[in-house]
Amino acid sequence: MSLKFEPRREIPKSLVYGTPLLAIALTILSGYLLFMFLGLNPGSTLYIFLVSPLETQFGLAELAVKAGPLILIATGLAIGFRANVWNIGAEGQLTIGAIFGAGVALAFWGDEGFWILPLMFVAGALGGMLWAAIPAFLKTRFEVSEILTSLMLTYVATLVLSILVHGPWRDPEGFNFPQSRLFTEAAILPIVLEGTRLHAGAFVALFAAVAAWVLLTHTVTGFQVKVVGQAPMAARFAGFSQKGTVWFSLLLAGALAGLAGMIEVAGPIGQLTPQLTPGYGFTAIIVAFLGRLNPLGIILAGLVMAISYIGGENAQVYAQLPQAATGVFQGMLLFYLLASDFLVRYRIRFQSARHQAAKPRREVAAT
Amino acid sequence: MIDFLVLIAVSVVIAATPMLFAAVGELVVERSGVLNLGVEGMMLIGAVVGFGVTMTTGSAVLGIGSAALAGAALALVFGVLVLTLMANQVATGLALTIFGIGLSALIGAGFVGMPIAGLPKLDIPGISDLPVLGPLLFQYDAMVYLSVALTLAVGWFLKRTHAGMVLRAVGESAESAHSIGHPVIRVRYLATLFGGAMAGLGGAFLSLSVTPMWAENMTSGRGWIALALVVFGSWRPGRVLLGAYIFGGVTILQLHAQGSGGLGFGLPGQVFTMLPYLATIAVLTIISAGPWRGRFQAPACLGQPFRPSV
Repeated sequence: MSLKFEPRREIPKSLVYGTPLLAIALTILSGYLLFMFLGLNPGSTLYIFLVSPLETQFGLAELAVKAGPLILIATGLAIGFRANVWNIGAEGQLTIGAIFGAGVALAFWGDEGFWILPLMFVAGALGGMLWAAIPAFLKTRFEVSEILTSLMLTYVATLVLSILVHGPWRDPEGFNFPQSRLFTEAAILPIVLEGTRLHAGAFVALFAAVAAWVLLTHTVTGFQVKVVGQAPMAARFAGFSQKGTVWFSLLLAGALAGLAGMIEVAGPIGQLTPQLTPGYGFTAIIVAFLGRLNPLGIILAGLVMAISYIGGENAQVYAQLPQAATGVFQGMLLFYLLASDFLVRYRIRFQSARHQAAKPRREVAAT
Repeated sequence: MIDFLVLIAVSVVIAATPMLFAAVGELVVERSGVLNLGVEGMMLIGAVVGFGVTMTTGSAVLGIGSAALAGAALALVFGVLVLTLMANQVATGLALTIFGIGLSALIGAGFVGMPIAGLPKLDIPGISDLPVLGPLLFQYDAMVYLSVALTLAVGWFLKRTHAGMVLRAVGESAESAHSIGHPVIRVRYLATLFGGAMAGLGGAFLSLSVTPMWAENMTSGRGWIALALVVFGSWRPGRVLLGAYIFGGVTILQLHAQGSGGLGFGLPGQVFTMLPYLATIAVLTIISAGPWRGRFQAPACLGQPFRPSV
């Protein structure tokens, strides 16, 4: 018996949206085997990772708090990925956005103006755009791969943050801890659900994702992004600018990542600290793929991935597992997702050797 | 003064060696037309497996061997995804890094903070004790010599052997290589596995020699710099070697600038820690922009999936 792969002419929608579920199921199965292999109790460890986050109201609110930045960043990245722009430095753009937002909060520290938060939003988005503009410029002007430049800039951004919180922006009354002053009320996002950390930022993410969906499906710009990514030649004939698309998708992704960073410091953190995220910028890459590069899918994917973060935190407390173990789930999920894409693009046919051998004979008989 | 310079030169070589291993491995992968962005993840797995096996068995040779195997095993996952299932190479490479960071932390959870004796230094009576030359050339551990030997071997292999020629042909034009009967996919698998093993060795050198210990995420971006080194070295082993030592120099420079107040010009230490990353961006830009453009071309089929049309 042999396997035969045939490219599909038409791709069934059920497979496009079904394979992420298959990938999730396979990830859970592999997680079980891995924990068993490492000598942990696989059932209870999986329970901590996947179910415990959903058990309490606090956990559910945390889900939205963690999914927010993931959805925001992934939405921006997805638009770039559609156009073959590989911005993998969202973590750095998030950090600079947080710094810019915090800069506003600290500059007006103690002021009560209603305009402080809106100004922080603008500053955060601008910061992220500025950081994303560097790879955009290098890519369009010198054809330097945006993959490596955007990533290197992430390390630089983290160090800029470290300089600020250890130096000029350190809280004068903070017992020398490397962190800024706590923001005053006017610079903090309002809490939506009493007793939890659910803040207004989650709705910003939701709004951005829906807006991006409209942009992609109902505007010329969205169409242009898709054409540049899928058929660069056709895009050139249609007069769509490749460079323009690089700029557009990097600046947009930078703005959204910067916004996510600003929302983190103005929301759950409330000050500038050396460690702003558990790697949201990288995880958002997986969220973008899991959501099939579709902003509405990304909303769901963001929620799924947020579970792994909270589960990771719980595992740290209850099973003494390092928090980085979350990455195992996240990486496996992306592996399975990419692998299952093969099923989407190809039809697998089983052929028995007998069948293959029989064919020519029949042809002989016919002649 | 001479002693001080020798000391610095030695530390440069040691800082460069993990990146050299990984970069030379990735060079072979890319010359076959495959872009594996998972170097950082494979290095981390190599680091934790190398450390763990050495600690539990007491044999560094076993540790180093298993590190190479572990790197290759992770590369195999990558190979199945991008070569057999034709998944996107950029996305799969990123997944490999995220997975590698997580898995290494999980495996290494029990090893954090444990001490281990570093690899033994070469000691040839009479020669290793020579002034200047002794410490400069004859007092490293075996892995430093291995990294240079493997670099030279890869250079020789690519340039002088038939198999090396096939590998280059596969990277330049998979279609034509396939049409004259070369097994494109098999060649790419072998190159990918070799790249994984080399990244694993780089990681093991880090956890067994540079800082003999295990810490979460201890590669701190070296895998990515190794990727940049391949571009810097314009896909040639000799230039990658040179590049690795230059970047090793930048790393050591920043350590010294931070350590001695006089050299730091009163700047925060983080400014110097930025240097390797900024240098990478600068170098990539110069290579892409300068008059050399075109002489530094990547293999023509780099990153493109290939499926033989039967």
